[in-house]
Parts: sequence; structure tokens; C-alpha cells
Amino acid sequence: MDVIYSIVPLAIGNIAPLLIIAMGGLFSERSGVVNIGLEGLLGIGAFACALVTYYLFPIIGVPGVWVGILAGALAGGVFSLLHAFACVNMQSNQVVSGTAINILAAAITVYIARILTGSANVQIVRGIGKTNVPFLSKIPFIGDLFFKNAYTTTYIVIAIVFISWFFLYRRPGGLRLRACGENPQAADSMGISVLKMRYIGVVMSGIYAGLGGALIIVTISGEFSPGTFNGTGFLALAALIFGKWQPWKVVGAASFFGLAKTVSSISRIYPAISDMPNIIFNAFPYVATIIALILFSKNTVGPRAAGEPYDVSKR
Amino acid sequence: MKRTRKGWIHFVDIVTKDSILVVLVPIIAILLGLVVGGLIMLLSGHQPIEAYGGLLKGAGIIGGSMRRLGNSLLTMTSLVFTGLAVAFAFRTGLFNIGAAGQMLMGGFVGVMLGVSLNVPYPWHMIICVIAACLAGAIWAFLPGFLKAKYNIHEVVTTIMMNWIALWTAYYIIPKYFIGGRNTESARISESASLRAKWLTDLFETANVNYGLFLALIAVVIIWIILSKTTFGYELKAVGHNRDAAKYAGINVKRNIVLSMMISGGLAGLGGAVHYLGFTDAIQIGHMPSQGFDGIVVSLIGLNAPFGVLLSALFFGILNSGKLFMQSMTDVPNELVPIINAMIIFFAATGLMFRRMFSTLRKRVVVSKKKEGK
Repeated sequence: MDVIYSIVPLAIGNIAPLLIIAMGGLFSERSGVVNIGLEGLLGIGAFACALVTYYLFPIIGVPGVWVGILAGALAGGVFSLLHAFACVNMQSNQVVSGTAINILAAAITVYIARILTGSANVQIVRGIGKTNVPFLSKIPFIGDLFFKNAYTTTYIVIAIVFISWFFLYRRPGGLRLRACGENPQAADSMGISVLKMRYIGVVMSGIYAGLGGALIIVTISGEFSPGTFNGTGFLALAALIFGKWQPWKVVGAASFFGLAKTVSSISRIYPAISDMPNIIFNAFPYVATIIALILFSKNTVGPRAAGEPYDVSKR
Repeated sequence: MKRTRKGWIHFVDIVTKDSILVVLVPIIAILLGLVVGGLIMLLSGHQPIEAYGGLLKGAGIIGGSMRRLGNSLLTMTSLVFTGLAVAFAFRTGLFNIGAAGQMLMGGFVGVMLGVSLNVPYPWHMIICVIAACLAGAIWAFLPGFLKAKYNIHEVVTTIMMNWIALWTAYYIIPKYFIGGRNTESARISESASLRAKWLTDLFETANVNYGLFLALIAVVIIWIILSKTTFGYELKAVGHNRDAAKYAGINVKRNIVLSMMISGGLAGLGGAVHYLGFTDAIQIGHMPSQGFDGIVVSLIGLNAPFGVLLSALFFGILNSGKLFMQSMTDVPNELVPIINAMIIFFAATGLMFRRMFSTLRKRVVVSKKKEGK
């Protein structure tokens, strides 16, 4: 029981960034642009957040952390313009461009860090504090698990996920964006600008991934380092695929994978699970995703035109 | 005046031919990558010329240090393998982004056998290298099989396999093969090493090893397979047009699986030369960056074996000189991966240059020919 009480709040802290990054991937891939650069985009967000917090916190205190989070989201969005330009304007191979984003992000952040701070790391003084939600935290069991010692940012993530779903599946704009990922030719013939929609999709993925990276800094790690690029972006990609590119299923997948990641990282402390090989929890998301792909393979899942550059002349 | 104009037209006519552009675009990508690297250095208050000089000196190109030159060749060696791996799959229309995982798996199995087997010298080494090659091939078999049987995109599966490889090594090494340092596996016994005394002596203690010759042989063999055999012809046919290949009676599924396995085997050999010839052990929880660098090597090498060799030499020099550059000029060594990434980016957006050149051609050559008529 104690194990559950300590794992669940930790897991929720791990799930939040993973979820928002996977949601970013959803925007991009639903608009028809495969984004394996999530890892790099989250790193850019993490770096920008750490840097801004590092300089602002001593001056303005806690609000500096929040400015840092915003800066992370913004930096991710701006950096993703590179991917958008390559994939949308230049009809590049989207996987190649995503790889370039990953390598570039991992290198340029550490480069700047070395120049500004003299080391590859940027440590922040303080992250986001934990709070108890009034009233809800008093509920027995559930309150202890979900509303005590929780980060405010987790609730913001939940709100963003809800708004994203509402936009993508209940608003005309979302329909247009998804149409560009299913059949861009048809969307174009209905007067939708495929270019604009795909730009929106990619930049949203940059903003979300940047935000996810920022959350990793302020809630989990407390510092930016080359170790920030440890595969969270690819885990989010796995969650996106395992969740069949559908928002609520992605929420489920991200929660599942985030939980597995948490268990693997703290399993040493708890005798009940310390005997279990860590490979089970660590490799589980990736194995599960491959198995899921085999099971899905009979019917088409996911956006049909994802990965294909839109070429007007091939209409 | 007229004469220069005629020369200019002639020049544009030659340069903007498709066959020339194919070679020109990667060269432009490299130059632009170096220019962006220079701009970044200027912005961060460093001297680009000095830093690039340091890079070349660190790589042994300037200054004539055999040891540094040897280390450049060493860096080149594993890039030849991962570059060949990516290029070979590309020719069959497959994108093997899992070279990193296959390389790690190859190295992992090679090092495991290198640590645990007790066999005399040449045989131990040979067994380890073959095992590494097979491990890489097996690691790539599943993505190939899933692509052939279920039409699951190989990019997704190879990415997943990368991480499964990482976590497999992460679990098994500390449990059974932990080394003196907690971050590393045990070191391989000398009989499994790819090093050779005469090579080490020739290159003044650099870590050049038999892998260099393996790489050269691999380039030739892959070239023969691709351009001189029916098998290679079938692979390329599958890459060009899967349906047409099927219609022509080619077993597309078998070719996809085989192509992935050969690609994985090459990446596994990359792991062998890196881990058995240079590091002698495996760092725990570390994905080899050569796997992703293989993509840029292959892109710039035009997916052709000898192109890959040249391009691996270039990136080998770039990567090998970076630490010397950092200590000499204070420019962080991350400059080199930045340049790598920018080169990938410019090569990927090659359409931009093609458009510019085709506009130039239209303006200069086509309009002139019309005038002539």
C-alpha cells in the first residue's frame, strides 16, 4: 500500500510531460507531418526554460520559473519552424529532417550552455512547488493519490489536453487540420491551405514538446544537462502510436508508459519490486508498441497521409 | 563582354544539368553547414578560421601527426559501416534509422563473447566479429519481417528496436558483465581485440585496427552486390517501384527482409570495429551516435558505396578533430554535431537549391537558346 501511495504521485509527475509531448506529436502527425524530432524539441524547451529560470529566478523569484516554462514552450515552437520549413515548403523526407532536429538540438543547447555557464549543465535554483488541492485532497485514498503533493502544472497539462481534443475533434479548424493528414488533395480542393494547416500542426507540436521539456526541468530533474536527451521524446512517440493517434487513447498510453518508467526508476528502493528485472519496465513501452502495431496492422490506423510531402502537382 | 556572357551561359548550362546537380547539392550542403558553423562561432565570440584550423590539425590533416591521422581513420571506420547500412537499406526503399540499435547490439554480443570466451587469438577475434555481424542482422530482421508481412513502417519499428537494444544492454551488462568502473562493461580479452601491433606502431599508438580493412572490403562487396549481381538489381528494383518489381516476378518480401538484415549486419560490424577495436568495453545506457551519423554519411555519399567511403572520411575528419579544437580554441566540441545536423538539414532541403538552379537555367540557358532560334 505504501508503495502505491509513493508511486502514484511520482508517476503523475512523470506522466505530465510525456503526455503533453505525445499530444504535440498528435498535432503534427494529424496534420500529415511525421515528427520524430520530438526528442530534440523537448530538449530545446528544457534548455530555454532552464536558462531563463537560471537568470530570472535570482531577480524576480518564483514568477521567474513560470516565465521559464513559457520560454520553453516558445523556444520549442520557434525551433520547430525548421522542421516545418523542411517538410512543408521543401517537401523533404520528414524522418531525415526530424533526425537533423534531434542532432541539432542536442548539440546547440550544450554548445550554448558551455559558452554561458562554462559547463554542459544549467542548474536551476528552484522548480515548481508541490501543492495540495483544497477540498479534493481530503477525499480518502483518491485524495491522497491524486490531489496531494501534486504539481500545479499537471492540472494545466490536463486542461491543455482537453482543449486540444476539443479543438481537434469539435471545431472546424481541427477538422481541417486532420483533413490535411488524411487526404491533403481533397482538403486543398475544398479551399483549405495545406501549407498553413501543416505549419500549425508542426509548430503546435514544437510548443507542446517545448512545454514538456520545461516541465521535466521544473518538476523532475531541476537541471538541464546532456542527459536531458534520454529518450523521453521517443517514449512519447511510442505513446502516440500505441494510442492509435487518438487523444484519449494517447492519454491512456502515456499514463501506462509513464507509470512503467516510474516503477523502473524507483524499483531499487522497494523490496517488493526490486527483484523484478528493470528491463521489463524499461523496454515494455517499446515492445508493447511493436506488438500493438502488429495487432493494428489489419486496419489502417493513424493519419493516412502522414509522412508524405504534399505536392500540388500530383493532385 | 559578349565572350564572358557566352562563357557564363555555357557554365550555367553544364552546372545545372541533372547529373551534375546530384553531386552539387551535397557539396553545397557541406559548404553551407560549414558556413553556419562559422556564423555560430562568430556569434559566440570565436574565430572560425582558427577553429577550423584546429579541427584539421586535430584530425591530423595539418601538422602531419600520424597518431591524429590514425584516429581520424578510426572514426571513419565505424561511420563507413553505419553509412553503408543506411545506404544499403535506402537502395531498397527502406529507411533504417535503427543503425544505432543494431550497432549497439552487435557490439554488445561481440563484447560479451570477447569477455567470456576462452579461445586463442585469431579465432576469438573472428568469432566475435562474426557474432556482432549476426547480432546486428538479427536485430534488423524483425523490422524487415514486420515490413514485409504486415506492412508496418520500418522507421517506427527500428526506432523502437533502438531503445529495446539500449535497455537490454542496460539490464544485462551490470548483471553479468560489469567492469571495474560501474559505468562500463568488463573489458574484452586481448585475443578478441581487433587491434594489431604493426598498425598501432605505424600510427604512433592511435587505435586504428583491422576494422579499417574490413570497412574497405565491405565497401567493395556492397558495391559488387549492388551493381554487379542479380540480387542487387532486384533490391534496387524493389526500391524504385515495389509494384513493378512484384509484377516482374521479384520476390519483394524476401528482398525486403534480406535488405534489412544485410543493413543490420553492416551496422553490427560497425559495432564490432567500434567496441572491439577501440573502446574494448560498452558504456552502460549510451546509444552510439554513429548510428544517426550514418544517415548523414549516407545522404552525402549519395547512397553509393564509394560515395559513403568518401563521405565517411570527411565526417571522420570532422568528428575526430573536435576535441583538439575545443582544447586549442575553447570552441565547444558540440560545434561538430551542429555542423553535421546543418548538413543533414541542407541536404534534406535540397529541393531549395534545385529550384534555384532550375530558375537560373530557365533564365540564362533556355531564353538564350530561344533567342538563337
